[in-house]
Amino acid sequence: MVARILVPMTVLLAIGTSKGLFLATSDNRVDWQVSGPRFPMTSIYAVGIDQRRGVPRLLAGVDSSHFGPSVATSDDLGETWSEPDHAPVAFPADTDASLVRVWQLTPGPAGEPDVVYAGTQPSALFRSEDGGHTFALVRSLWEHPHRPEWGAGFGGQAIHTILPHPTEPARVLVAMSTGGVYRTSDGGQTWSPGNTGIRAGFFPDPFPEFGQCVHKVARDAGDPTRLYAQNHGGVYRSDDEGATWASIADGLPSDFGFPIVTHPARPSTLWTFPLAADSERFPVDHRCRVFRSTDAGTSWTALSAGLPTAPFYPTVLRDAMCADNATPGGVYFGTRSGEVWSSRDEGESWVPVAAHLPDVLSVRAAEL
Amino acid sequence: MTAVTVLLPGVLRGEAAGQSHLTIDAAGSLRSVLDAVATTWPRLDRRLRDEQGELRRYINIYINGDDCRRSAGLDTPVPAGAEIQVLPSVAGG
Repeated sequence: MVARILVPMTVLLAIGTSKGLFLATSDNRVDWQVSGPRFPMTSIYAVGIDQRRGVPRLLAGVDSSHFGPSVATSDDLGETWSEPDHAPVAFPADTDASLVRVWQLTPGPAGEPDVVYAGTQPSALFRSEDGGHTFALVRSLWEHPHRPEWGAGFGGQAIHTILPHPTEPARVLVAMSTGGVYRTSDGGQTWSPGNTGIRAGFFPDPFPEFGQCVHKVARDAGDPTRLYAQNHGGVYRSDDEGATWASIADGLPSDFGFPIVTHPARPSTLWTFPLAADSERFPVDHRCRVFRSTDAGTSWTALSAGLPTAPFYPTVLRDAMCADNATPGGVYFGTRSGEVWSSRDEGESWVPVAAHLPDVLSVRAAEL
Repeated sequence: MTAVTVLLPGVLRGEAAGQSHLTIDAAGSLRSVLDAVATTWPRLDRRLRDEQGELRRYINIYINGDDCRRSAGLDTPVPAGAEIQVLPSVAGG
Protein backbone atom coordinates (compact mmCIF):
# COMPACT_ATOMS: atom_id res chain seq x y z
CA MET A 1 0.00 0.00 0.00
CA VAL A 2 1.51 3.32 -1.05
CA ALA A 3 0.90 6.35 1.13
CA ARG A 4 -0.68 9.26 -0.69
CA ILE A 5 0.17 12.27 1.38
CA LEU A 6 0.84 15.01 -1.15
CA VAL A 7 2.30 18.26 0.14
CA PRO A 8 3.60 21.29 -1.77
CA MET A 9 7.17 20.90 -2.91
CA THR A 10 9.45 21.85 -5.76
CA VAL A 11 11.10 19.01 -7.59
CA LEU A 12 13.90 19.52 -10.08
CA LEU A 13 14.33 16.97 -12.84
CA ALA A 14 17.55 17.17 -14.84
CA ILE A 15 17.24 15.55 -18.26
CA GLY A 16 20.43 14.81 -20.16
CA THR A 17 19.91 14.25 -23.87
CA SER A 18 22.00 13.67 -26.96
CA LYS A 19 21.72 17.38 -27.77
CA GLY A 20 21.91 19.12 -24.44
CA LEU A 21 20.59 19.37 -20.90
CA PHE A 22 16.96 20.18 -20.16
CA LEU A 23 15.69 21.11 -16.72
CA ALA A 24 12.14 20.54 -15.55
CA THR A 25 10.57 21.81 -12.35
CA SER A 26 7.23 21.14 -10.75
CA ASP A 27 5.46 22.03 -7.54
CA ASN A 28 3.14 19.06 -7.73
CA ARG A 29 4.98 16.57 -9.96
CA VAL A 30 2.07 16.69 -12.39
CA ASP A 31 2.51 20.04 -14.15
CA TRP A 32 6.07 20.51 -15.36
CA GLN A 33 7.91 23.52 -16.71
CA VAL A 34 10.72 22.45 -19.01
CA SER A 35 13.57 24.72 -20.06
CA GLY A 36 16.65 24.29 -22.18
CA PRO A 37 18.68 23.10 -23.75
CA ARG A 38 21.80 24.05 -21.85
CA PHE A 39 24.97 22.95 -23.66
CA PRO A 40 23.18 22.53 -26.99
CA MET A 41 24.62 20.00 -29.39
CA THR A 42 26.41 18.10 -26.66
CA SER A 43 25.60 14.68 -25.24
CA ILE A 44 24.82 14.67 -21.53
CA TYR A 45 25.43 11.09 -20.43
CA ALA A 46 25.89 12.04 -16.77
CA VAL A 47 23.96 14.41 -14.54
CA GLY A 48 24.12 14.76 -10.80
CA ILE A 49 22.25 16.71 -8.15
CA ASP A 50 24.41 17.06 -5.05
CA GLN A 51 22.32 18.09 -2.05
CA ARG A 52 25.00 17.82 0.61
CA ARG A 53 25.43 21.58 0.87
CA GLY A 54 23.03 24.45 1.49
CA VAL A 55 22.51 25.17 -2.18
CA PRO A 56 22.27 22.08 -4.38
CA ARG A 57 25.05 21.70 -6.91
CA LEU A 58 24.22 20.40 -10.35
CA LEU A 59 26.89 18.49 -12.22
CA ALA A 60 26.83 17.62 -15.89
CA GLY A 61 29.10 15.50 -18.01
CA VAL A 62 29.18 17.49 -21.24
CA ASP A 63 30.42 15.69 -24.32
CA SER A 64 30.93 17.60 -27.55
CA SER A 65 31.72 15.51 -30.59
CA HIS A 66 33.88 18.39 -31.83
CA PHE A 67 35.37 19.91 -28.71
CA GLY A 68 35.66 16.94 -26.38
CA PRO A 69 34.31 15.99 -22.98
CA SER A 70 34.15 18.07 -19.83
CA VAL A 71 32.31 18.48 -16.53
CA ALA A 72 30.35 21.61 -15.68
CA THR A 73 28.82 22.63 -12.37
CA SER A 74 26.04 24.99 -11.37
CA ASP A 75 25.27 26.38 -7.92
CA ASP A 76 22.14 28.27 -8.98
CA LEU A 77 19.95 25.40 -10.16
CA GLY A 78 21.19 25.53 -13.70
CA GLU A 79 20.91 29.24 -14.45
CA THR A 80 24.67 29.59 -14.86
CA TRP A 81 27.38 27.00 -15.25
CA SER A 82 31.10 27.01 -14.76
CA GLU A 83 34.00 24.95 -15.98
CA PRO A 84 37.62 25.18 -14.87
CA ASP A 85 40.19 26.38 -17.39
CA HIS A 86 42.03 23.11 -17.24
CA ALA A 87 40.26 19.83 -18.01
CA PRO A 88 38.37 18.74 -14.88
CA VAL A 89 38.69 15.06 -15.79
CA ALA A 90 41.84 14.09 -17.66
CA PHE A 91 44.10 11.08 -17.83
CA PRO A 92 47.68 11.70 -16.68
CA ALA A 93 50.31 11.75 -19.42
CA ASP A 94 51.88 8.45 -18.40
CA THR A 95 48.63 6.53 -18.93
CA ASP A 96 48.70 7.29 -22.65
CA ALA A 97 44.89 7.41 -22.46
CA SER A 98 42.47 10.16 -23.35
CA LEU A 99 39.04 10.80 -21.90
CA VAL A 100 36.28 9.88 -24.31
CA ARG A 101 33.27 10.57 -22.12
CA VAL A 102 32.09 10.96 -18.53
CA TRP A 103 29.37 8.37 -17.96
CA GLN A 104 28.63 8.93 -14.31
CA LEU A 105 28.86 11.68 -11.70
CA THR A 106 28.11 10.49 -8.18
CA PRO A 107 28.32 12.51 -4.98
CA GLY A 108 30.22 10.75 -2.21
CA PRO A 109 28.71 9.84 1.16
CA ALA A 110 27.32 12.49 3.48
CA GLY A 111 30.40 12.30 5.66
CA GLU A 112 32.60 13.43 2.76
CA PRO A 113 30.69 16.44 1.47
CA ASP A 114 33.34 17.52 -1.03
CA VAL A 115 33.93 14.11 -2.57
CA VAL A 116 32.42 13.43 -5.99
CA TYR A 117 33.21 10.43 -8.18
CA ALA A 118 33.30 10.29 -11.96
CA GLY A 119 33.11 7.12 -14.04
CA THR A 120 34.55 7.37 -17.50
CA GLN A 121 35.18 5.87 -20.88
CA PRO A 122 37.70 4.29 -21.12
CA SER A 123 36.89 2.45 -17.91
CA ALA A 124 38.32 4.47 -15.07
CA LEU A 125 37.27 6.00 -11.79
CA PHE A 126 38.10 9.58 -10.92
CA ARG A 127 37.70 11.23 -7.52
CA SER A 128 37.13 14.89 -6.74
CA GLU A 129 37.78 16.39 -3.35
CA ASP A 130 36.57 19.88 -4.24
CA GLY A 131 32.94 19.18 -4.94
CA GLY A 132 33.31 18.18 -8.56
CA HIS A 133 35.45 20.98 -9.99
CA THR A 134 38.59 18.91 -10.50
CA PHE A 135 39.13 15.16 -10.42
CA ALA A 136 42.11 12.83 -10.06
CA LEU A 137 42.46 9.33 -11.50
CA VAL A 138 42.06 6.51 -8.98
CA ARG A 139 45.30 4.79 -9.91
CA SER A 140 44.69 1.56 -8.04
CA LEU A 141 41.74 0.63 -10.24
CA TRP A 142 43.38 1.87 -13.44
CA GLU A 143 46.40 -0.30 -12.68
CA HIS A 144 44.32 -3.35 -11.76
CA PRO A 145 45.82 -6.46 -13.38
CA HIS A 146 42.43 -7.33 -14.89
CA ARG A 147 42.17 -4.07 -16.84
CA PRO A 148 43.82 -5.31 -20.06
CA GLU A 149 41.10 -7.96 -20.23
CA TRP A 150 38.16 -5.63 -19.72
CA GLY A 151 36.13 -5.37 -22.88
CA ALA A 152 33.81 -2.88 -24.49
CA GLY A 153 30.07 -3.05 -24.91
CA PHE A 154 28.23 -1.50 -27.81
CA GLY A 155 28.30 1.88 -26.07
CA GLY A 156 32.01 1.71 -25.39
CA GLN A 157 34.11 0.57 -22.45
CA ALA A 158 33.03 2.58 -19.46
CA ILE A 159 32.45 2.69 -15.73
CA HIS A 160 28.81 3.67 -15.60
CA THR A 161 27.91 2.88 -11.99
CA ILE A 162 29.49 4.20 -8.81
CA LEU A 163 27.97 3.35 -5.44
CA PRO A 164 29.72 4.80 -2.42
CA HIS A 165 28.69 3.14 0.84
CA PRO A 166 26.37 5.60 2.60
CA THR A 167 28.21 5.59 5.93
CA GLU A 168 31.59 3.93 5.36
CA PRO A 169 33.60 6.07 2.93
CA ALA A 170 36.26 3.42 2.43
CA ARG A 171 33.71 1.14 0.75
CA VAL A 172 32.90 1.89 -2.90
CA LEU A 173 31.46 -0.28 -5.65
CA VAL A 174 31.81 0.36 -9.36
CA ALA A 175 30.40 -1.46 -12.38
CA MET A 176 31.48 -1.37 -15.96
CA SER A 177 30.52 -2.66 -19.35
CA THR A 178 32.20 -4.92 -19.91
CA GLY A 179 34.20 -6.01 -16.91
CA GLY A 180 31.53 -6.33 -14.26
CA VAL A 181 31.47 -5.25 -10.63
CA TYR A 182 34.54 -4.24 -8.62
CA ARG A 183 34.65 -3.26 -4.97
CA THR A 184 37.02 -1.65 -2.54
CA SER A 185 36.76 -1.75 1.22
CA ASP A 186 40.02 0.03 2.00
CA GLY A 187 39.45 3.43 0.48
CA GLY A 188 40.50 2.44 -3.00
CA GLN A 189 43.85 0.88 -2.18
CA THR A 190 42.73 -2.47 -3.53
CA TRP A 191 39.84 -3.60 -5.72
CA SER A 192 38.32 -7.05 -6.10
CA PRO A 193 35.80 -8.33 -8.63
CA GLY A 194 32.33 -9.12 -7.32
CA ASN A 195 30.56 -11.08 -10.03
CA THR A 196 30.01 -14.55 -8.63
CA GLY A 197 26.66 -15.75 -9.89
CA ILE A 198 26.26 -13.18 -12.68
CA ARG A 199 26.03 -14.83 -16.06
CA ALA A 200 28.12 -13.75 -19.04
CA GLY A 201 26.56 -15.69 -21.88
CA PHE A 202 28.98 -14.29 -24.44
CA PHE A 203 31.96 -16.23 -22.98
CA PRO A 204 32.72 -19.97 -23.26
CA ASP A 205 32.70 -20.00 -19.45
CA PRO A 206 29.42 -18.24 -18.67
CA PHE A 207 30.39 -17.55 -15.05
CA PRO A 208 33.86 -15.98 -15.19
CA GLU A 209 35.48 -14.13 -12.30
CA PHE A 210 35.07 -10.87 -14.23
CA GLY A 211 34.11 -9.65 -17.68
CA GLN A 212 30.34 -9.51 -17.20
CA CYS A 213 28.31 -6.87 -19.00
CA VAL A 214 26.58 -5.39 -15.98
CA HIS A 215 24.24 -2.65 -17.14
CA LYS A 216 23.43 -0.98 -13.83
CA VAL A 217 23.65 -1.61 -10.09
CA ALA A 218 21.60 0.02 -7.32
CA ARG A 219 21.88 -0.14 -3.55
CA ASP A 220 19.00 -0.95 -1.22
CA ALA A 221 17.77 1.89 1.00
CA GLY A 222 17.60 -0.16 4.16
CA ASP A 223 20.54 -2.51 3.94
CA PRO A 224 23.73 -1.15 2.35
CA THR A 225 25.01 -4.68 1.77
CA ARG A 226 22.00 -5.47 -0.41
CA LEU A 227 22.44 -4.62 -4.09
CA TYR A 228 20.43 -5.11 -7.26
CA ALA A 229 21.89 -5.52 -10.75
CA GLN A 230 20.38 -5.33 -14.19
CA ASN A 231 22.74 -7.36 -16.31
CA HIS A 232 23.01 -7.86 -20.07
CA GLY A 233 20.63 -10.75 -19.59
CA GLY A 234 19.80 -11.39 -15.96
CA VAL A 235 18.44 -9.45 -12.99
CA TYR A 236 20.21 -10.19 -9.72
CA ARG A 237 20.34 -9.40 -6.03
CA SER A 238 23.33 -9.55 -3.74
CA ASP A 239 22.94 -9.71 0.03
CA ASP A 240 26.65 -9.57 0.73
CA GLU A 241 27.66 -6.31 -0.96
CA GLY A 242 28.44 -7.87 -4.28
CA ALA A 243 30.37 -10.96 -3.23
CA THR A 244 27.68 -13.26 -4.61
CA TRP A 245 24.55 -12.72 -6.69
CA ALA A 246 21.30 -14.64 -7.18
CA SER A 247 18.64 -14.20 -9.82
CA ILE A 248 15.52 -12.18 -9.04
CA ALA A 249 14.22 -12.30 -12.61
CA ASP A 250 11.29 -14.60 -11.83
CA GLY A 251 8.15 -12.55 -12.21
CA LEU A 252 9.61 -10.20 -14.78
CA PRO A 253 8.55 -10.64 -18.41
CA SER A 254 12.21 -10.52 -19.48
CA ASP A 255 15.59 -10.44 -17.81
CA PHE A 256 17.04 -7.97 -20.32
CA GLY A 257 17.11 -4.21 -19.86
CA PHE A 258 19.31 -1.33 -18.84
CA PRO A 259 18.19 0.62 -15.75
CA ILE A 260 17.54 -0.56 -12.22
CA VAL A 261 16.57 2.01 -9.60
CA THR A 262 16.03 1.70 -5.86
CA HIS A 263 13.80 3.75 -3.61
CA PRO A 264 16.01 6.22 -1.72
CA ALA A 265 14.25 5.61 1.60
CA ARG A 266 12.04 2.53 1.48
CA PRO A 267 13.92 -0.77 1.83
CA SER A 268 13.40 -3.58 -0.67
CA THR A 269 11.71 -1.33 -3.25
CA LEU A 270 13.04 -1.04 -6.78
CA TRP A 271 11.99 -0.41 -10.36
CA THR A 272 13.13 -1.61 -13.75
CA PHE A 273 12.11 -1.29 -17.40
CA PRO A 274 12.48 -4.67 -19.13
CA LEU A 275 13.17 -5.04 -22.82
CA ALA A 276 12.28 -8.17 -24.72
CA ALA A 277 15.80 -9.48 -25.30
CA ASP A 278 19.32 -8.63 -26.37
CA SER A 279 18.25 -9.41 -29.92
CA GLU A 280 14.93 -7.59 -29.57
CA ARG A 281 15.46 -4.31 -27.78
CA PHE A 282 11.86 -3.24 -27.52
CA PRO A 283 9.64 -3.17 -24.45
CA VAL A 284 8.18 -6.61 -23.91
CA ASP A 285 5.09 -7.09 -26.10
CA HIS A 286 5.64 -3.47 -27.22
CA ARG A 287 3.92 -2.32 -24.06
CA CYS A 288 5.18 0.63 -22.06
CA ARG A 289 5.45 -0.75 -18.54
CA VAL A 290 7.60 -0.16 -15.50
CA PHE A 291 8.04 -3.08 -13.13
CA ARG A 292 8.26 -2.58 -9.38
CA SER A 293 9.18 -4.89 -6.57
CA THR A 294 8.53 -4.06 -2.93
CA ASP A 295 10.02 -7.28 -1.59
CA ALA A 296 13.60 -7.08 -2.86
CA GLY A 297 12.84 -8.76 -6.14
CA THR A 298 10.88 -11.73 -4.87
CA SER A 299 7.83 -10.56 -6.81
CA TRP A 300 7.16 -7.89 -9.40
CA THR A 301 4.19 -5.74 -10.39
CA ALA A 302 3.64 -4.16 -13.79
CA LEU A 303 2.82 -0.45 -13.60
CA SER A 304 1.34 1.38 -16.57
CA ALA A 305 -1.49 3.68 -15.47
CA GLY A 306 -1.15 6.84 -17.52
CA LEU A 307 1.55 5.46 -19.79
CA PRO A 308 0.95 5.06 -23.53
CA THR A 309 -1.34 2.20 -24.44
CA ALA A 310 -0.47 2.14 -28.15
CA PRO A 311 2.36 -0.12 -29.30
CA PHE A 312 5.53 1.30 -27.76
CA TYR A 313 9.01 0.77 -29.17
CA PRO A 314 11.52 3.11 -27.49
CA THR A 315 14.13 1.88 -25.05
CA VAL A 316 15.10 3.35 -21.70
CA LEU A 317 18.85 3.62 -21.25
CA ARG A 318 20.75 2.71 -18.10
CA ASP A 319 20.81 6.19 -16.58
CA ALA A 320 17.51 7.37 -18.03
CA MET A 321 15.52 6.21 -15.01
CA CYS A 322 15.70 7.58 -11.49
CA ALA A 323 13.84 8.24 -8.27
CA ASP A 324 13.53 11.47 -6.30
CA ASN A 325 13.82 11.93 -2.55
CA ALA A 326 10.31 13.28 -1.98
CA THR A 327 7.49 11.63 -0.02
CA PRO A 328 5.84 9.66 -1.45
CA GLY A 329 8.61 8.75 -3.80
CA GLY A 330 8.73 9.97 -7.38
CA VAL A 331 9.97 7.86 -10.26
CA TYR A 332 11.06 9.11 -13.68
CA PHE A 333 12.16 7.70 -17.00
CA GLY A 334 13.10 9.06 -20.39
CA THR A 335 13.19 7.29 -23.71
CA ARG A 336 15.36 7.31 -26.77
CA SER A 337 12.45 8.89 -28.58
CA GLY A 338 12.60 11.96 -26.35
CA GLU A 339 9.68 11.34 -24.02
CA VAL A 340 9.97 11.83 -20.27
CA TRP A 341 7.47 10.44 -17.78
CA SER A 342 7.05 10.96 -14.07
CA SER A 343 5.17 9.30 -11.26
CA ARG A 344 4.57 10.96 -7.91
CA ASP A 345 3.18 7.84 -6.29
CA GLU A 346 6.04 5.39 -6.62
CA GLY A 347 4.96 4.21 -10.04
CA GLU A 348 1.24 3.68 -9.50
CA SER A 349 0.36 6.36 -12.06
CA TRP A 350 2.29 8.39 -14.60
CA VAL A 351 2.12 11.78 -16.31
CA PRO A 352 4.17 13.17 -19.18
CA VAL A 353 6.92 15.65 -18.36
CA ALA A 354 8.13 16.31 -21.89
CA ALA A 355 7.94 14.97 -25.42
CA HIS A 356 9.84 15.47 -28.64
CA LEU A 357 13.17 15.98 -26.90
CA PRO A 358 16.36 14.50 -28.33
CA ASP A 359 17.25 10.98 -27.14
CA VAL A 360 17.17 10.92 -23.36
CA LEU A 361 20.47 9.63 -21.97
CA SER A 362 20.21 10.45 -18.27
CA VAL A 363 17.78 11.76 -15.67
CA ARG A 364 18.18 12.75 -12.03
CA ALA A 365 15.54 14.26 -9.75
CA ALA A 366 15.47 15.85 -6.33
CA GLU A 367 13.07 17.67 -4.07
CA LEU A 368 14.60 21.09 -3.46
CA MET B 1 60.09 34.30 -31.99
CA THR B 2 57.67 35.52 -34.65
CA ALA B 3 54.01 36.37 -34.62
CA VAL B 4 51.35 34.25 -36.25
CA THR B 5 47.62 34.81 -36.40
CA VAL B 6 45.12 32.22 -35.19
CA LEU B 7 41.60 32.63 -36.59
CA LEU B 8 38.81 31.25 -34.44
CA PRO B 9 35.31 30.19 -35.50
CA GLY B 10 32.42 31.89 -33.73
CA VAL B 11 31.66 28.88 -31.58
CA LEU B 12 35.10 29.03 -29.94
CA ARG B 13 35.50 32.77 -29.47
CA GLY B 14 33.95 32.60 -26.02
CA GLU B 15 37.02 30.67 -24.90
CA ALA B 16 39.22 33.62 -25.91
CA ALA B 17 37.30 36.56 -24.48
CA GLY B 18 35.31 36.96 -27.68
CA GLN B 19 38.28 37.46 -29.96
CA SER B 20 38.16 36.20 -33.52
CA HIS B 21 41.90 36.68 -34.16
CA LEU B 22 44.68 35.83 -31.76
CA THR B 23 48.18 37.11 -32.32
CA ILE B 24 50.55 34.51 -30.96
CA ASP B 25 54.28 34.81 -30.55
CA ALA B 26 55.62 31.38 -31.34
CA ALA B 27 58.13 29.70 -33.57
CA GLY B 28 58.51 26.25 -35.03
CA SER B 29 55.63 23.87 -35.36
CA LEU B 30 51.88 24.03 -35.07
CA ARG B 31 52.28 22.23 -31.76
CA SER B 32 54.43 25.12 -30.50
CA VAL B 33 51.77 27.59 -31.55
CA LEU B 34 49.06 25.64 -29.72
CA ASP B 35 51.30 25.32 -26.67
CA ALA B 36 51.59 29.10 -26.70
CA VAL B 37 47.82 29.42 -27.08
CA ALA B 38 47.40 27.13 -24.08
CA THR B 39 49.43 29.34 -21.78
CA THR B 40 46.90 32.15 -22.14
CA TRP B 41 43.77 30.26 -23.17
CA PRO B 42 43.93 26.77 -21.64
CA ARG B 43 40.25 26.09 -22.12
CA LEU B 44 40.48 26.98 -25.80
CA ASP B 45 43.38 24.59 -26.15
CA ARG B 46 41.49 21.68 -24.58
CA ARG B 47 38.66 22.22 -27.05
CA LEU B 48 41.23 21.63 -29.80
CA ARG B 49 43.49 18.95 -28.28
CA ASP B 50 42.96 16.12 -25.82
CA GLU B 51 45.00 15.68 -22.66
CA GLN B 52 47.68 13.75 -24.55
CA GLY B 53 48.11 16.69 -26.89
CA GLU B 54 46.44 15.10 -29.90
CA LEU B 55 44.26 17.15 -32.21
CA ARG B 56 40.61 16.26 -31.67
CA ARG B 57 39.09 14.20 -34.45
CA TYR B 58 36.62 16.78 -35.70
CA ILE B 59 38.88 19.81 -35.43
CA ASN B 60 40.62 20.92 -38.60
CA ILE B 61 43.46 23.41 -38.64
CA TYR B 62 44.69 25.07 -41.82
CA ILE B 63 48.08 26.78 -42.07
CA ASN B 64 47.98 29.40 -44.79
CA GLY B 65 45.10 27.44 -46.28
CA ASP B 66 46.67 23.98 -46.09
CA ASP B 67 45.15 21.27 -43.90
CA CYS B 68 47.74 20.32 -41.28
CA ARG B 69 46.62 16.68 -41.50
CA ARG B 70 47.79 16.59 -45.12
CA SER B 71 51.20 17.73 -43.95
CA ALA B 72 52.85 16.70 -40.68
CA GLY B 73 49.92 17.24 -38.37
CA LEU B 74 50.90 19.08 -35.24
CA ASP B 75 54.53 18.88 -36.33
CA THR B 76 53.82 20.94 -39.44
CA PRO B 77 56.21 23.90 -39.59
CA VAL B 78 54.57 27.29 -39.21
CA PRO B 79 56.26 30.11 -41.14
CA ALA B 80 56.55 33.61 -39.76
CA GLY B 81 53.39 35.61 -40.28
CA ALA B 82 51.32 32.53 -40.99
CA GLU B 83 47.55 32.54 -40.76
CA ILE B 84 46.28 29.55 -38.82
CA GLN B 85 42.60 28.89 -39.23
CA VAL B 86 40.66 26.64 -36.85
CA LEU B 87 37.53 25.10 -38.35
CA PRO B 88 35.25 22.45 -36.86
CA SER B 89 34.61 19.76 -39.44
CA VAL B 90 31.16 18.85 -40.71
CA ALA B 91 30.00 16.10 -38.37
CA GLY B 92 27.01 15.05 -36.34
CA GLY B 93 23.33 14.63 -36.91
